[in-house]
This record gives sequence, structure tokens and C-alpha cells, in this order.
Amino acid sequence: MEASIAKPTNYLNATHGAASWFFTRDHKRIALLYLFSVSAFFLMGGIFATLIRLELLTPAGDFVSSETYNKFFTMHGVMMVFFFLIPSIPATLGNFLVPMMIGAKDLAFPRINLLSWYIYIAGGLFALTAMVSGGVDTGWTFYVPYSTAVSNTHVVMTGLGIFIAGFSSILTGFNFIVTIHTMRAPGMTWMRLPLFIWAHYAASLIMIMGTPVIAVTLLMVVLERALGFGLFDPSRGGDPVLYQHLFWFYSHPAVYIMVLPGMGVISELISGFTRKPVFGYSFVAVSSLGIAFVGFLVWGHHLFTSSQSIYAGLIFSFLSYLVAIPSAIKVFNWTATLYRGSVAWDSPMLYALGFIGLFTIGGLTGLFLSAIGLDLHMHDGYFVVAHFHYVMVGGTLLAYLGGLHFWWPKMTGKLYYEPFARVSAVIVFVGFNLTFFPQFILGYMGMPRRYHQYPDIAGWQVLNVLSSAGASILALGVILPAIYLTYSWFKGPDAGPNPWGVKGLEWETASPPPTANFDVTPIVTQPAYAYSNEDAHV
Amino acid sequence: MSDTTAVAAHGVPDDHGAHHPRLQHHFDTLDQQLYASTFGMWVFLVTEVLFFGGLFMAYIVYRIWYPEMFVHASSHLNITLGAINTAVLIGSSLTMAYAVNSAQRGASPKEQVFWLLSTMGLGSVFLGIKVIEYADKFKHHLVPGPNFHFEDPAYQATAQIYYSLYFALTGLHATHMIVGIVIMAVIVRMAAKGNFDAKWYTPVEIMGLYWHFVDLVWIFLFPLLYLIGGAH
Amino acid sequence: MSAHVVGNRFTYFLVFLALMVGTVVTVWVAEIHLGWLNLPVALAIAVTKAMLVILFFMHLKDHPKLIKVTFGAAFFFFAILVAHTLSDYLSRETRGMPTYPASGLISNQ
Repeated sequence: MEASIAKPTNYLNATHGAASWFFTRDHKRIALLYLFSVSAFFLMGGIFATLIRLELLTPAGDFVSSETYNKFFTMHGVMMVFFFLIPSIPATLGNFLVPMMIGAKDLAFPRINLLSWYIYIAGGLFALTAMVSGGVDTGWTFYVPYSTAVSNTHVVMTGLGIFIAGFSSILTGFNFIVTIHTMRAPGMTWMRLPLFIWAHYAASLIMIMGTPVIAVTLLMVVLERALGFGLFDPSRGGDPVLYQHLFWFYSHPAVYIMVLPGMGVISELISGFTRKPVFGYSFVAVSSLGIAFVGFLVWGHHLFTSSQSIYAGLIFSFLSYLVAIPSAIKVFNWTATLYRGSVAWDSPMLYALGFIGLFTIGGLTGLFLSAIGLDLHMHDGYFVVAHFHYVMVGGTLLAYLGGLHFWWPKMTGKLYYEPFARVSAVIVFVGFNLTFFPQFILGYMGMPRRYHQYPDIAGWQVLNVLSSAGASILALGVILPAIYLTYSWFKGPDAGPNPWGVKGLEWETASPPPTANFDVTPIVTQPAYAYSNEDAHV
Repeated sequence: MSDTTAVAAHGVPDDHGAHHPRLQHHFDTLDQQLYASTFGMWVFLVTEVLFFGGLFMAYIVYRIWYPEMFVHASSHLNITLGAINTAVLIGSSLTMAYAVNSAQRGASPKEQVFWLLSTMGLGSVFLGIKVIEYADKFKHHLVPGPNFHFEDPAYQATAQIYYSLYFALTGLHATHMIVGIVIMAVIVRMAAKGNFDAKWYTPVEIMGLYWHFVDLVWIFLFPLLYLIGGAH
Repeated sequence: MSAHVVGNRFTYFLVFLALMVGTVVTVWVAEIHLGWLNLPVALAIAVTKAMLVILFFMHLKDHPKLIKVTFGAAFFFFAILVAHTLSDYLSRETRGMPTYPASGLISNQ
């Protein structure tokens, strides 16, 4: 597919006008709609992070009041978890690539795909309305009875916003599952699927099984708060810990919704930039399902310090150790893929390597927290904060950025300026570690989270200042791609169909692809990542 | 370099031959499309199981904690009305099954519309009885919240848990029924225009699956809410 | 891989009758005081009725295995939610701690 003198028709220029975008059924356009929206929420979440780090520069609570600070970390969490991390990779890269990677023309239900975006926007509007009306201060976890009976902030509005956005997630997952089962091209057997697809399939299983539970739980909170129902009210015999069980039944698997697609991206990047098939393909594929399944069994590790029974705690602790195993399998297999690979150091690869290191640290520190004895000390402290930022930011965000760079030429038909990208990747890596590694130490030293002030104990302020300094570097690192990627869209040189020279059905068609993805339905005869020695980098 | 997969002239081309007007462009055959739609509705029903499941979980915990309270609190529910509603809903499942069947056979629009309207009618009867029951609860101050008043002071506090579950579960169920009836009205219109035949009847099929699921939930709600501790 | 399942109308009617019988039975049994057995019996009848609706009205017995596994998975994960949560509630030690009695009566209310 070469660019002839007249610009070929692709999904971007096939039709024009706002209506052709806002009423599109094309999964690729919907992916771009999501890309802009999740970026906007990421920006908002990032602004709240900046405000948090500004307050924590000094021990005294001198920047904002404690009530305002509570709103900062709540909005940061809500925006980042529900409106950025959960949809980010599946709704942008997943929407764009799932049909292409399996050789289909679109997802199974294109109109429902568009509906999912509108539902996401509706949920986001509810959350934004709550934000500008004064915000919420319960923490993104909305623990009762504070959220139902005590807080006088916009809990109902935000809860409804998340409830609505949850349906967007459910619809995306349901679309992926049906598509992958029923629309694979001829010859595309399950064991020939790219690992990106396996990862999204597993994440979609979690989306449909887990999200409804948090939906109904937030509904119960809304009913209690707005109508006076008494499901979690201790004065009427209710149990606040029941809320925690129901909340974390979703919210723990949710972190695998966030990281599994990232792992799918990493498999593609590692393979592409070493010109080797992923080592132990079937293990990596099945481990995605293993993470999804075992991830549903461990939620009680968030309740170790609630009045949960110690016997249940033992079971949850044991299972939490088990869930690390499939993740570790992936890390070992990616590392083995690197061995004797023909490595190229392009920016997507830098992000992928960063992911492997940072996700490993994050994952290992999760094991610390799985030990009940250690968790008693670490719970609600900065060790936990550092742990989940290592997996969510060092993991998911890096995978998202790496994937965005890798598939940017496919999505836009343009090449971005690679030297800028490499520098940005390094800035992100340095900034991230400077922000969050000190927090492990702070947590170990006993600094609690969600406090706008901290005691003037030796070492605490220094570490906080380092963390805030790192945050400013990290901010620079994520702003730069926004600039040079956008610039490349308008002014970048044309990419060909396969600028990276990698395997995969999506690279067999034009960049940007035509609306129907392929001129002719592909027939698959080879496994994924079928590289040979001739494909090695020169 | 692009040898791994044969995206070549001998791939499967679009068959613009015999095209059923209802075949969507991204599917290859009507059969694939029906299968995807049916499978999709089952996947959606999975989410509904977990959605109601959260409330059932709360029910289980509190019934274990307060077995006597559940007996006393549920005694104010009218078992006769509940049983009638159960029968009505089961009847509506039968008429729904007949409706799907009539579309599959390519029966006359009149017959399809008859069964669909019967389903909607029975569903409306169910909702009407629910309104009567709810009004009765309001009258007797059994809605949880500041106006709740239970005649036995021993359960004044905890009976609110039972009634919170009652209203949450039946309210969620009724909401699903209302949505179902509204969508069914759209399908009735499609059936009246003769849109459904033996080759394409997908909307009726997946509507049927949804409606039967709503019946399923009630099959559990009836004994769990109404038949606790025997009749009174 | 087909979902074209045309049911038998007479079968539907028989299932309907069975469901009605089940409803009558469950109300009747509820009036008889069997103590702790009332709940399992009621649930058993409900599960039987549910299976009839699922297998016959929803045609699950004629559908491909994928759909059977899918629906089974829903109940499997619901079972995980219940079992794992109950692993907490059923093993809580409350020695020496004030608890709500089964009646829900709080003496200072």
C-alpha cells in the first residue's frame, strides 16, 4: 500500500465533519475519541497530583486546609483510577488494534462501542460537576460510614459518575470478548493470537465480572446517603466492613484491568524490538488468564487492618502471594526474550524496559504488603502509595506511553521525532523513580498517607522534597510527548505501512488504515511473531 | 517481509452477492452475526448476575447475623400478592417464549405482536401490583430512613436493614422490568412492520433472553424476601 | 457455531406448568414449619425453577458449550464473592466483644 500522488482514502479522511466523528461506528475513530478524553482526565488528575506534592513540600499544613487536601487526593484518585487508568489502554489502543490484530473489519458491536464512549463522557461530566461544585473528600475508596453519614461533599454526584463510567468499561469488555470469540480471521487460532489480544481478553473478563459489583455497591452508598437506607450503618446493625468487601471485590481485580493490557503492550514491544517471538508464548498467554482468575481471590488483603477475621486474612494473604506467580512468569519470559535478541533502542523499547524493571519492583513490594505482619505497619502509609504507583505509573502508564509511541505511526500515518521521544522516556523514568522511591522509605519510616501535614521528624521533609522535585520532572516527561506527538500529526513525515519492520496483521495494511482495515480479509497461516534471522536489525 | 500472513489476492473477498439487508458490514454471514448477538446478550447477563449478586451478598450476610429480625420484618410482606406476581411473571416468560418462537417461524406480524403485547401486559400487571405493595409500605412507615417506624421496638433499628434490602432488590428488579417493557415497545413496532422472519429475528431473541433473566431474579427474590419463617 | 434454536411450543407450556406447580409448592412448604430446613428447601425449589427457565426458555441446553461455560462462569464468580466473604463473617471471633443478638435488639435503643 504505497502513497500514490493523490492521498489514499483512510479512516481519517474518508468522511469529514464533526458529525462523522461523533456518530462514527469506526472503532479506530472511537479509539481517537477516547484518546483525547482520557488525556484530558489524565491532565486533571495530574494537576491534583501537583497540588498534593506542593502541600507536602513542608511538614506544616500551610498550603491548603486539611479539608481541601482531602479533596485533592480524592479527586486525584478518582480521575486517575476510573477515568484514566481503567479505560486508557483498552479504550484507546485496544479499540484501535483488537479488530486489526485478529483480521476483522470492526468490533462485534460498533454502535455499542460508540455508546460506551458517550457513557464514559456522561460519567466524566458527573464527576467534573462534582469537582467544580466543591469536590469530594472521602478518598477514591469512599469508605463508609464517612461517605454515607458524615462527609458533606458531593459523594452522590461522584458516585453516580463512577457508576456510569463503569458501564462504559463493561461495554468495552463485552465487545472485546464477543469479538475475539466470533470474529477472528480464517486461520487465526487462539494460539496464534498476539499476546496483546490475550491480555485484553483476560482484562475484559475482569471488566464484565467485577465492575457490576462496584456499580451496585456505589448504588448502595448513594441510596444510603440520599434516601437514608441502612445497609452499612452501624447504628442500625449494619457492617461498614461489608462495604469494604464489596468495594475491593472489584477494585482489586480492577488493578489487573489496568495492568494486563499494559502487559499485552509490553509483549508486543519486546518482541518487535528484539525481532524474536516472545519466549514461552503459551505460558504468557495462559498467565494472563491466571492473573485474571487469581486476581479475584485476593481482595481481602486490603482489609487486613479492618475487623476482618484473622483466619480470612490468612487465606487472603496466602492467595495474594500466589497471584504474583503468573506476573512473575511474564517478567521471566520477557527477559528471556531479550536474550540474544536483536535489540533496537527506540523509545517504545525504552518504555518497555522501564516497565519490566519498575513493575518488578512494584510487584515485589506488593509481596511485602501481602504479609499481614508487615501490612499492619505499612497499611495506609506511603509504602503502599509507592507500591501502587510503581505498578500503576511505572507499569501501566509506561506501557501506555510505549504503546502510544509504537502504534502512533499506524494510527496517524506520521512519524514523530524519535530523538525527542528517547529523551522523554528517560526523563519519565528518572522523574518517576525520584518521585516514588523516597516514598518507600517514608512509608517504612511510618509516614501515613492522606494527611496534609506531617511531623517534623528527621529525614521526612528531605524525602518529601525529593519526591516533589521528582514529580515536576515526571510532569515534564509526560507533557513532552503531548507536544511532539501532536506536532508530528500535522507536520511529521509519512510513515509507511510498517515503519518498525515488525510482524503483526495491523502492520500489513496502510498507515493510517482504510476504514475497513483490510482491503481483503487476511488468511493467517503463521503463529504470532514469526521472525526469522533475516528480520534482525542491521 | 510481509510473508507471515497472506494478505493477498486470495484472501476472502467481500461477498456482495446475496446480501440480507440486515447483515451488518463487519460480519461475514448472518449466522455469525446472530451468534455474536446471542453470545453478547449472554455475556451481558453475566454482568447482571454479578450486579444483583452484590445485593444478594449483603442479604446473605445480614440474614446470617439477624435471622429472627428477618422473620419479623418480612411478616409485613403480602405473600398472596407476591405469589400472584410470581405467577404473572412466569406467565410473561411463557408469552415471551411464544413471541420469540413466532418470530423464528416467520409467523404473521399479528401473531408476533400478540405475544409481545401479552408479555408487556403481564409485565405491567406485575409492576402495578408492585406499586400497590410499595404504597402499602409507605403507608405503614416501612420505608427505611427518618420516617421508618416498626411496631415492635426491638427491631426498630435493624429492620431497616431488611427493608433497605427489600427496596433495593425489588426496586432494581422493577427498574429492569421497566427498561425491558420500554425496549419491548420498540420491538413490537418492528414486529408490526413485518421486520422479523425466519432468517432474521435477533432483537426478539435477545429481548427474550433479557426478559427470562428478569424472571430468574424474581424466582429467587420471592422466597428470599417473602417466604422467610413461614406465612403469617 | 449456530444460535438458531427453534423451541417446541408444547415444551414451553409444560415448563410453564412445572414452574406454576413449583410456585404453589414453595408457598405451601413455607407455611409448614420445618425449622432450619425451610431455607434450603425454598432455595432448592427456586434453583429447580431457575434451571427450567435457563435450560428451556433460554435454550441453554441447546446452545454451544461456550455459552454454557459463560453463564456458568457468572455463578462461579458469584460463588467466589459469597464464599470468600463468608470466610470472614463465619470465622470472626467475638469473644468478649459486644455483639448484636440475632434478634437485632439493642438494649439501649
